[in-house]
Amino acid sequence: MATTVTAKAGARPVRTGSSGGPVRGPRRPTGWLRRVSLPYLLLLPALLLELLVHLVPMVIGVAMSFKELTQFYIRDWGAAPWAGFGNYRMSVEFDAPVGEALLHSFLVTVAFTLLSVGLCWLVGTAAAICMQDTFRGRGLLRALFLVPYALPVYAAVITWVFMFQHDNGLVNHVLHDQLHLTGKPSFWLIGDNSFFALLTVSVWKGWPFAFLIVMAGLQNVPRELYEAAALDGAGTWQQIRRITLPSLRPVNQVLVLVLFLWTFNDFNTPYVLFGRAAPEAADLVSVHIYQASFVSWNFGTGSAMSVLLLLFLLAVTGVYLALTSRGRRTADA
Amino acid sequence: MRSIRAAAVGAVTLSLALAASACGGGSSTGGGSNDSPKTLTYWASNQGASIEADKKVLQPELDKFEKRYGIKVKLEVVPWSDLLNRILTATTSGQGPDVLNIGNTWSASLQATGALLPWDARNFDRIGGKDRFVDSALGSTGAEGEDPAAVPLYSMAYALYYNKQIFADAGISKPPATWDELVADGKRIRAKGKQVLGAEGSNVSENIHHVFVFAKQHGADFFTADGKPDFTNERAVAAVRQYVDLMAKDKVIPQGNAEYAQNQSVSDFAKGKTAMLLWQSASANLKSQGMSEDAYGIAPVPVRSGTPGTGTQVNSMVAGINLAVFKNTHNLDGATKFVKFMTSDEEQGILNKAYSSIPPVKNAQSDAAFNTPANAVLKNTLATSAAALPQVADESQFETTVGTAVKELFADAAAGRAVTTESVKARLLKAQQQMPAK
Repeated sequence: MATTVTAKAGARPVRTGSSGGPVRGPRRPTGWLRRVSLPYLLLLPALLLELLVHLVPMVIGVAMSFKELTQFYIRDWGAAPWAGFGNYRMSVEFDAPVGEALLHSFLVTVAFTLLSVGLCWLVGTAAAICMQDTFRGRGLLRALFLVPYALPVYAAVITWVFMFQHDNGLVNHVLHDQLHLTGKPSFWLIGDNSFFALLTVSVWKGWPFAFLIVMAGLQNVPRELYEAAALDGAGTWQQIRRITLPSLRPVNQVLVLVLFLWTFNDFNTPYVLFGRAAPEAADLVSVHIYQASFVSWNFGTGSAMSVLLLLFLLAVTGVYLALTSRGRRTADA
Repeated sequence: MRSIRAAAVGAVTLSLALAASACGGGSSTGGGSNDSPKTLTYWASNQGASIEADKKVLQPELDKFEKRYGIKVKLEVVPWSDLLNRILTATTSGQGPDVLNIGNTWSASLQATGALLPWDARNFDRIGGKDRFVDSALGSTGAEGEDPAAVPLYSMAYALYYNKQIFADAGISKPPATWDELVADGKRIRAKGKQVLGAEGSNVSENIHHVFVFAKQHGADFFTADGKPDFTNERAVAAVRQYVDLMAKDKVIPQGNAEYAQNQSVSDFAKGKTAMLLWQSASANLKSQGMSEDAYGIAPVPVRSGTPGTGTQVNSMVAGINLAVFKNTHNLDGATKFVKFMTSDEEQGILNKAYSSIPPVKNAQSDAAFNTPANAVLKNTLATSAAALPQVADESQFETTVGTAVKELFADAAAGRAVTTESVKARLLKAQQQMPAK
């Protein structure tokens, strides 16, 4: 929207201006000025609010990352001394404890995000394809599938905390007491298993969104394609591979990107699951940064880490968009 | 044309108004004022069994205060998991309560931020003088040599709570006085199919309180005399190891407790699943969970040998809550009046009874309720064998880093991994490296 308006409005002054606005009499310029300025004026509130809500905090965050904002200065930010690139150097010094911990947390987050997004997409797409044909109870199932997505995060995750408890949790009751799959009850909220606990909750919470989006995308695939394919003797698997998935390509491109960004930045799930000191195996970068800020009460370092994270996500998004749009152009050509 | 102009004018006005109002919430960094003398906001810490229970205790007292001084107090009970971060956020933004409870161990850290009103002689005079308070409580109100950052409100000490029935069934006649006795008793209790000792392995603060006492008993300190972190000295490592070994080697703390952080160990004790619990002022909490006062006994926390006292015979931290005034308050006079009210002999009696804590105000201690056998143990511990946590600016960071290290060691023990002097030292080294560089 914004780009179209700006482009039109930007083109106009050149044309009218070159045909000699002032020569045409005194009333004309105000007329076009009004016409030209109106879109800007109407955009102004949104623009100002966007600046206030998004850009100002970001700029402040970036400014903070260059300051030595420790407990001695948080009451009066202005008095905090400038740290130059000190906070950044500390964050990326991977031989030193702070940088090493950040790198570990970053790698855990990458592994977690890849697995979670992959599984969310797989489960969501599979479910959407299974639900493509009408059958009795389809509406009910669809609604049921969306429940995890609609539940408030805290309520949903705290329920998982109860289920993952060592002594009285449902998970251990089923895996150990009933099915005897494990030799002794496992710990899910501390130690190495916490990674899988986190992954489970994340996929459980995230796949309905993939399901919803893919389901919407499937509505746009013409029935005739499947009919023609069936006539040509294509089986279900071939139909999915040759028709469904290629048709879903544009939808999937956006879906995967959005899921990636959400999962990578997810704070609520690990925080509710593990509290303020996450186990090492599930130390996601968002909680890590939060904890690093509040452990040392050095909000400058925390901001520097956040800026680094932002840069990483920007780079990934940029590369992803460049690659996928190039792919689309070749496909269109 | 007219409508376009109107729309344009409207748009500009709206955006300017929004921009102006959004910018209006800036913080002032000045001191307190008396701009709003009719109201106060009070953040209370969660002392009772639940937030609701605390509101029931505090609201009648706040109503009393309003009746007496005409100042309305808006109460918010903040859970422990949020309190420190809420205070930090308030400090950063300058938008906070007028009066607030702080854990007494945070006094020096919060004092360093300059967010709290210093209690100099003049301010103390306005609430009746410094000598109304017990010395041990005043020892945990801020760095030495500086004006206290807060005033003592409730005092608590750790004690050993034991289930009389389980002890009788296991043939144990008296509560253990040393750790060796506790471990020996543990074997007999386990033989009866009961858990021995409850702990909150994932609760960072609980971990700190215990390893601090173990460190004292080993003659260790976590900070050097000039306030630098020194977590990896031999004695500190031995102390932390002894605490974690209660699970790893001695098997008295059940492995499941490694993930406890929401006072599940208190529930276990109240339900009669666990024979012993190290806790501060648990009576009110246990009562609310349906455990009768006759069912358990209270004894001093064990020491390594001998009897509790000073030095290596310390068996509790000076636990407690301090009351502080936020420097940015808009009702300085009212806030001072409120502190005076809350620390008055009468209110001290009412509140400390409700929370089964000990009043840090000397006059209030003479009440018979604070001289029952149970409270005598707590009072005696506070008076003779409790030590204050380090009063240094980095104390809060110490709680988080070392508390987390102990949590991870418990996770190791629960997973069946060996806990050795080396592994303890490695965790503590990592904790020390995370401390702010100076």
